[in-house]
Amino acid sequence: MSSPMISLKSLTSTTTMNQLLATAKSGACASSSCGSPAKPEDVDSATWEKIKDHPCYSEEAHHYFARMHVAVAPACNIQCNYCNRKYDCANESRPGVVSERLTPDQALRKVIAVANEVPQLSVLGIAGPGDGCYDWKKTKATFERVASEIPDIKLCLSTNGLALPDHVDELADMNVDHVTITINMVDPEIGAKIYPWIFHDHRRFTGLEAAKILHERQMLGLEMLTARGILTKINSVMIPGVNDEHLVEVNKWVKERGAFLHNVMPLISDPVHGTYYGLTGQRGPRAVELKTLQDRLDGGARLMRHCRQCRADAVGLLGEDRGQEFTLDRIPGEVRYDASKRETYREVVARERGDHVTAKSEAIGMVKAAGSSGLLLVAVATKGGGRINEHFGHAKEFQVYEASAIGINLVGHRKVEQYCRGGWGEESTLDDVIAALEGIDILLCAKIGDCPKDQLTEAGVRVTDDYGYDYIETAVSALYAAEFGLEPLAATA
Amino acid sequence: MAFRIIASQCTQCGACEFECPSGAIKFKGEAYVIDPEKCTECKGEFELQQCASVCPVPKTCIPA
Repeated sequence: MSSPMISLKSLTSTTTMNQLLATAKSGACASSSCGSPAKPEDVDSATWEKIKDHPCYSEEAHHYFARMHVAVAPACNIQCNYCNRKYDCANESRPGVVSERLTPDQALRKVIAVANEVPQLSVLGIAGPGDGCYDWKKTKATFERVASEIPDIKLCLSTNGLALPDHVDELADMNVDHVTITINMVDPEIGAKIYPWIFHDHRRFTGLEAAKILHERQMLGLEMLTARGILTKINSVMIPGVNDEHLVEVNKWVKERGAFLHNVMPLISDPVHGTYYGLTGQRGPRAVELKTLQDRLDGGARLMRHCRQCRADAVGLLGEDRGQEFTLDRIPGEVRYDASKRETYREVVARERGDHVTAKSEAIGMVKAAGSSGLLLVAVATKGGGRINEHFGHAKEFQVYEASAIGINLVGHRKVEQYCRGGWGEESTLDDVIAALEGIDILLCAKIGDCPKDQLTEAGVRVTDDYGYDYIETAVSALYAAEFGLEPLAATA
Repeated sequence: MAFRIIASQCTQCGACEFECPSGAIKFKGEAYVIDPEKCTECKGEFELQQCASVCPVPKTCIPA
């Protein structure tokens, strides 16, 4: 297991095509595992083909591929208590920041501009504000225009499901193979506490009647998608005291109807966003409550644990948002699609990925085989590629991996303020970072200075840069071995 | 016999525009406006005015 380290960074920063090719070629593949199918064991190969480049549907893919959202469909047919339409959809985007709303033509220009500059781009999503299935003409026009310019881009749609059954056939015809439905209840009694009204069949419905219609349409839409082989992700907003316990039932219903993935997201209810929940003091769940619920749901529909609740106009890898680089005023009036960067990037990723999968399965196999009852929570500073390749001071989030008898799994992430700014560390920021790392056993990063290292150690967070640039799972398995007195694997990379 | 939109409250989502059975709502300049000549208050078409029924902000599509 030793392959040359290929820098994905050099491929993804804005650079000339010649530099890009030179970098790609310098990383000749010397690994015996080259070309091995980078497929997790728990999905069939047809499904894997659909999700392998989709950062939201495949945790493995989220290390390599990026998504972008375009806000083209602002009209909505539902009022949710966690959304204030004066600003933005709080479900699908960080609230309080108004997104740039685009016409389908503007969206096309933006997608081309991003595809030319961000080679990781693999998915275009329409995810609010508003509902893409309700505001259908704009959604359809956008998908059709983008697909004709960039045929290999994956099209993805997020919806509340109310108008979904009306458009499933068109979605299938347009090769939209990923649809997310936000489903917060299967019991209309609970639904009535979440949705004050819906607009359906030319009139407004409220209360139990509204929730009942919504529930029936959501289930019908999900069944129709499943029947056509379109992969579905179910988003549920976890609202303590309202639907938190009930989400166990929701998970069961959606699994029975073929949902591929279930993503339970914490309610965001800051009063400043002016949502009903925000104003009535409804709290969101704490990180530990969310994790406890997710752990209970394990064994039902596959769970998404790497969601970052991104903005409706986010651009880039999950956990980063380059949206501000691509606002309309920064995009030329005329743009032409240039496929070369994306193609080169994909070639390199295909090679790197095979190697990563082998390293990962060896590491997980070792931890499983150890038969230890020990449990280790490890935070990792990474900027993609599945490696520990971010400096402590530059990290804006840490990915959290759990090593235990069931293997090594990504179980979440912790957002932090960047500690190092312009060469100097901020003392107060370090305190916040330490607080954010509550419960973490060990922190891994590519590099860390002596000063923050000492302070973290003093605060009880062990930290090391000994595994800098290694694959995450390889390092975690070595730590696990050391922690619980097992025989470690030889280091890779 | 017409409705109007309070522009300062409007989120410009545009739902009223495509729900209006009379084609009376258009985006003009910076805001959605209802043409009082065309607006029928949905009489004969629907029980309640479509613009007001779909509008996410209370008291934004109101009788003129």
